[in-house]
Amino acid sequence: MYDSGKIMAGLVIFGCLVTSPIWYNALTGKSGYIPKPKIVTDKKRCIEPKEYIRTRHKDLLEDWRESVVRKGIRTYVAGDKKRYTMSLTRTCMNCHSNKLDEFCLQCHNYVGVTNNCWDCHAYPKGI
Amino acid sequence: MEIDRRGFLKIAGLSLLGFIAAPVLYVASRVKPPEQSPIPETLLGKKWGMVIDLKKCWKQDGCTECIEACHRVHNVPRFGNQKDEIKWIWTVPYERAFPEHHLEFIEEDLKSRPIPVLCNQCDDPPCIKYCPTRATWRREDGVVMMDYHRCIGCRYCMAGCPYGSRSFNWKNPRPFIKEINFDFPTRTKGVVEKCNFCQERLIQGLLPACVEACKERALIFGDLNDPDSEVRRILRSRHTIQRHPELGTKPKVFYVL
Repeated sequence: MYDSGKIMAGLVIFGCLVTSPIWYNALTGKSGYIPKPKIVTDKKRCIEPKEYIRTRHKDLLEDWRESVVRKGIRTYVAGDKKRYTMSLTRTCMNCHSNKLDEFCLQCHNYVGVTNNCWDCHAYPKGI
Repeated sequence: MEIDRRGFLKIAGLSLLGFIAAPVLYVASRVKPPEQSPIPETLLGKKWGMVIDLKKCWKQDGCTECIEACHRVHNVPRFGNQKDEIKWIWTVPYERAFPEHHLEFIEEDLKSRPIPVLCNQCDDPPCIKYCPTRATWRREDGVVMMDYHRCIGCRYCMAGCPYGSRSFNWKNPRPFIKEINFDFPTRTKGVVEKCNFCQERLIQGLLPACVEACKERALIFGDLNDPDSEVRRILRSRHTIQRHPELGTKPKVFYVL
């Protein structure tokens, strides 16, 4: 094989460059970071079970959006038959009112998710 | 690993089953809302309309109460220049509002008076036919709605609207809103907006903000399907005109001179 030394060296450098973000995070200790969303509220539970909210809050919010904007239905009937107003700013933010970066963004930043809810929806605290 | 024809077919069959099973399981695992919430009463069997009594409207010179109220409630920005202007309810001169009624010799009074105009909430709205994403549509109660989430900012609806009732956000409107009403979203750069007949207030049993704000009660709002409503009573007893009725859009805003 011609120039095997150069090729191998090139491959090693390429491999290092490609995996550099992993090394960087491992060495600076950022990979051990665990998101800790903080909830400041006196309420005991969310409108639906915690597990459902954790995995499906995006579906729930999307259903609310479709329902409020397109069907004009603003009342949500939860699993336990309790009724809530479908409102991001008035229902969700009643409990999760601490600044976005302490709750939503904790996990969103961790998994690299961006959304544009707050470009339009506004609420009194922060933003 | 050696594989014979029989073995290959078995594996292929199993893989195919797997491909079918995955979406079926996904659909089955989706949690459906346990109970349908009731449809609000304001949506059932209604057709909202408005009558504007211009003689009453003109009682106070330079009054902008309805405009102020609407723009405050709906977070309408004020850019301070005509190019970027966002309009939900605004005023135009008589000859612009009713060009077909503008004759060579008309009352002196009409020449200088402002006519309040807003989205006509047409029964046959041209704007919705142009929208490629169905971000705008007509509800059962006649309100022509906008879904800002779906708007891609192509501005076809603005080209389609013969009344100029739609405005486009060329800039991020938020810094230009004096005081944000947190019960209503602001808009973002690149979406179209217009009057929504205060559907968010109707659902709470409130009158539109402009109607409520008018001290002279020049704006009258009600259900056009109800023969006993005030709007129907006025439409029965007074001569009303509309903006561009000849276009066949069937506007729901009527004017009394």
